[in-house]
Amino acid sequence: MKVDYIGKISEENLPAIFVPYFLESVHAGFPSPASDYIESPIDLNKHLIKNGAATFLVRAQGQSMAGSGITDQAVLIVDRSIKPSHNSIVVATLDGEFVCKRLKLKPKMCLMPDNPDYPPIFINNGQELEIVGTVTAAINKF
Amino acid sequence: MTVALVDCESFYASCERIFRPDLKNKPIVVLSNNDGCVIAFSKEAKKMGISMGVPWFKVKKPFLKQKGQVFSSNFAFYGDMSARVMNILEGFVPKTEVYSIDEAFLDFDTLKQNYDLYDFSCHIRSLIKQWTGIPVRIGIAPNKTLSKIAISEIKRRNIPTSVLYLSNDKEIKNALKNTPVHKIWGVGRRLNEHLTSAGINTALDLTKISPQHIRTKFSIVLERTVRELRGEKCLTIENNIESKKQIIVSRSFGERVSNFETLRPIVSNFAVRAAEKLRSEKQKCSQVSVFVKTSPFNKAKPQHAEIKTIKLFTPTNDTRNILIAAKKGLLSIFRLGYDYAKAGIILNKFSNEKTKQYSLFQDPDEPKENMKFMNYIDQINTQETQIYFASQNTKTWSPMKQNMTSPRYTTNWHELPKVN
Repeated sequence: MKVDYIGKISEENLPAIFVPYFLESVHAGFPSPASDYIESPIDLNKHLIKNGAATFLVRAQGQSMAGSGITDQAVLIVDRSIKPSHNSIVVATLDGEFVCKRLKLKPKMCLMPDNPDYPPIFINNGQELEIVGTVTAAINKF
Repeated sequence: MTVALVDCESFYASCERIFRPDLKNKPIVVLSNNDGCVIAFSKEAKKMGISMGVPWFKVKKPFLKQKGQVFSSNFAFYGDMSARVMNILEGFVPKTEVYSIDEAFLDFDTLKQNYDLYDFSCHIRSLIKQWTGIPVRIGIAPNKTLSKIAISEIKRRNIPTSVLYLSNDKEIKNALKNTPVHKIWGVGRRLNEHLTSAGINTALDLTKISPQHIRTKFSIVLERTVRELRGEKCLTIENNIESKKQIIVSRSFGERVSNFETLRPIVSNFAVRAAEKLRSEKQKCSQVSVFVKTSPFNKAKPQHAEIKTIKLFTPTNDTRNILIAAKKGLLSIFRLGYDYAKAGIILNKFSNEKTKQYSLFQDPDEPKENMKFMNYIDQINTQETQIYFASQNTKTWSPMKQNMTSPRYTTNWHELPKVN
């Protein structure tokens, strides 16, 4: 916007019509050259969470998934609405406890840690495995 | 008109189970504020004979002996889980009415053409279970009152799908026959006595009486209920929740209180909390009631329960005015020589904050009103530092005695569920 200097005005002899004009041009100032390009700032929630009602945060304990980038105390984002498939990282309940492992459906179904120090967990007869949800991201703080 | 009622199964107990897989199929009870009575229980606990509202101390021993799990109420967590369930419902059905923390009415009219309502409900049910871990029941019927009946039929008949569609007269009649009048939505204990003494025992009996007769003999509210039981639609699905008509802040004490010096600060705490709630609703009240109560379970001690209502000339939501009224009320009902177990504050006769009513006569002690000041205090009190009023009990802000609360799994970074 171009602003013209219209001269000095004193309050006494200010013509009524000048008021809005004066107010408007000063108020607007110079428009930001970026105004046409304004985007909402980056939102981590939007980036990490697709389905809020079905998403829970949990805290990882231990190093059994270190190979997948999940270190001790990482915050995991678990989406219960995403159906896990072969190789998905999942949170499951096994014998009344929560575990986070990689789900392998073949050759034999098991929960696979991502750390050579930990053995895979095969599901025995009589054991109950329930997949709670799929881990979609891990937040490690340094 | 077709309405569905979604009802979360033993909601608080189901919440407690979500992050405790070890509690699958275990009996669970959840206690009221201050751990006084049982306010929710799982079906396993029900089988052990636990009932709604039973004082915890009466069932504690056998319950714990049978490896039952007990929780103090964790409303931060339940509130979040409730919002998730309601959110999912709103995503599927354009018109929903959140009726309580664990119930919502859905308007199924618009869905009728495109979906099989029964299959659709089964789908919603399994989705909510998968996404949140909360099991729900869904009752479908021609109106709200009948959808409530459908839910109690699911419970009574133990329907495995947890979904019931009362779609024709025969099914509705059958359900009504099996519904005792006290199970009808809106029929309280007193009304139940009236009806049964008149020989009206089931919902079906009630439908046989003409609504006009009900209106003259009982009330217009019951008439509406009868019309709905007969299949008419009287109540609509309300998108906007009406603002509250009263605010109650009340609690049982951890320890009995028998002197005024101890009781007053506690009652002041209730008054302060109630005034905060009132302001958050953008309302003013013109009536403040105070009540005190001894424990009905301690029969050896003298009993006293009384309520005093203070009317205000000018509606207010200024904490200071409500505190003055609370003190006045408490002074008039407090008696020495009693061990009080419970007290509370009730605010009612609301009016909108913005409309100012002037009383016809000048209020002799026109109260100081300073909304700006109160808003500042409210803002400060949302942070960690707290501003107290002189008559408050600052040491124990609430006399709550809660020690079995589960973590705030979904609302606090430090209390997230742990996985190995």
